[in-house]
Amino acid sequence: MRKVKKKKIYAGQALIYCILALGVAVTVVPLFWQITISLKSSNTIFETVPHIFPREFRFENYTEALEAMHFVKYLGNTVFVTVMTVIGILISCSLTAFGFARLEFKGKKQLFFILVSTMMLPSQVTLIPLYMVYSRLGWINTYLPLIVPHFLGNAFYIFMLRQFFLTIPRELDEAAVIDGCSTFRIYWNIILPLCKPALLTVALLAFNAAWNDFMGPLIYVNDTAKYTLSLGLYIFKNSEKYGPQWNYMMAAGTIMMIPVLLLYAFFQKQFIEGIATSGLKG
Amino acid sequence: MKKQWKGYLFIMPWLIGLLAFTVIPMLFSLYISFTEWPILKGPTFIFLDNYVKILKDPMFYDSLWVTVKYVVFTVIPILFISLFIAVLLNAKIRFRGMFRTIFYLPAVLPSVAVSLVWALIFNADYGLINNMLRVPGIYAPNWLGDPKWALAAVCIMSIWSGCSTNIILFLAGLQGVSRTYYEAAELDGANAFHKLKNITIPLVSPVIFFNLIMLIINSFQVFSAAMMLTKGGPADATRFYVLYLYDNAFSYYKMGYASALAWLLFLIIMGLNLFVFKTSGKWVYYEGGE
Repeated sequence: MRKVKKKKIYAGQALIYCILALGVAVTVVPLFWQITISLKSSNTIFETVPHIFPREFRFENYTEALEAMHFVKYLGNTVFVTVMTVIGILISCSLTAFGFARLEFKGKKQLFFILVSTMMLPSQVTLIPLYMVYSRLGWINTYLPLIVPHFLGNAFYIFMLRQFFLTIPRELDEAAVIDGCSTFRIYWNIILPLCKPALLTVALLAFNAAWNDFMGPLIYVNDTAKYTLSLGLYIFKNSEKYGPQWNYMMAAGTIMMIPVLLLYAFFQKQFIEGIATSGLKG
Repeated sequence: MKKQWKGYLFIMPWLIGLLAFTVIPMLFSLYISFTEWPILKGPTFIFLDNYVKILKDPMFYDSLWVTVKYVVFTVIPILFISLFIAVLLNAKIRFRGMFRTIFYLPAVLPSVAVSLVWALIFNADYGLINNMLRVPGIYAPNWLGDPKWALAAVCIMSIWSGCSTNIILFLAGLQGVSRTYYEAAELDGANAFHKLKNITIPLVSPVIFFNLIMLIINSFQVFSAAMMLTKGGPADATRFYVLYLYDNAFSYYKMGYASALAWLLFLIIMGLNLFVFKTSGKWVYYEGGE
């Protein structure tokens, strides 16, 4: 009797592993295939029998794709926009989150409710008026529309940081107040150092979102010298010369993925836990 | 109160942002939607004319219908697949961390690069899918070139990338469910299906609710995927609502009309979420009983 039950458990376990392995395959095969194609020469990409893993290694595709899509220039642009975005978000969101987590003021509850509801606002509603204002200000074709809003808060990251700040025991600030600490020093010398993991998570998620952003650059940037990588890739795909050359396209796509993959490899825990906590407390 | 102003000072960045990038633009947007405003010329106030025109615009209905189909055929599969995978990950298995890392991977990848890969996967002549379909001799459609199949292609890609975040959220929810419920049920002789239906689903229903709301909001705004894969074609088969809005604003420069479209989208999403909220009392179960 006992043996039968054990066998049943093993069968169940085997089934679970099989389904999960299938899921893993569906998740990673497109990416392996992308790398395989990116290493092929132009006359073998049209093979009828596909190989998931590479058989030829034409690394020149990468250097040639880099040159063709002005990669170095676009990389510089993307890094600039991304770094500025992350700095803006870290400053503005940590200040605001501190205010909501630690300080008392009239209308705090209502304001926090507004903050949470803005997360649900579809961005299209503000897209057109913002575009018109930016164009009056002469901001079109600059990175200002992509950067400046992040120096003025982002509801999602404020929410995440506030949740984390609330887990820091209040006794710490109270002791600091008795020692004569100013509110700003409590924020700067107590809360921020204790919340490094949360700040790292926010920085990573913000980096990722800015690096991958497509609609922002598509709308606000139209000078080719100012393109970011995602926009460069989009134009590259639609160019008559390179569009049909899938090996170059896949090489370019892979290159754009590499920085994000490296970050993810090092900080997967922060990525995943950041997402997991943000959802649950909502 | 000395402390009061300090609070406002700290939240000042966000307060300014709220006014500058949300409240004022929203009011301005409402005004623009009441005007005819070709971007280079000034506005002419026409009040509700844009809305009247939209309600007579066949492209409005077509793009809305395509978007609704997209929402239904991505949100429901994503919810089912992610919950299913998360339940399996929550079983007593090894390598959970590794599986979790792999399943979350699509969420961190740049959507533009991902769409590029899928454009090739769906390629009619030498794409991965059609190459596999041809082996047993199954009909291999021209995914991105055939109006009957293009929407399905966009949905498949969105399901592929959309499951990752939801798996993580469901798994986190499942890990919060106390084992004692299952132990009690096992004593009563419940099988795996009973446990799933009577314990797991009710206890993660708040997460299902949260994911459903977020998925509805995000799927209605589908844009990048279609821009990269199909650009709205073939024959407008993937001309999603936001694509149509984008065309009006940035290709035809009809700012008033596009703003009215944006407001209608906002109302549609809000209305749908309100409906989900209203029905949630019947199927969302809160352990605390609130």
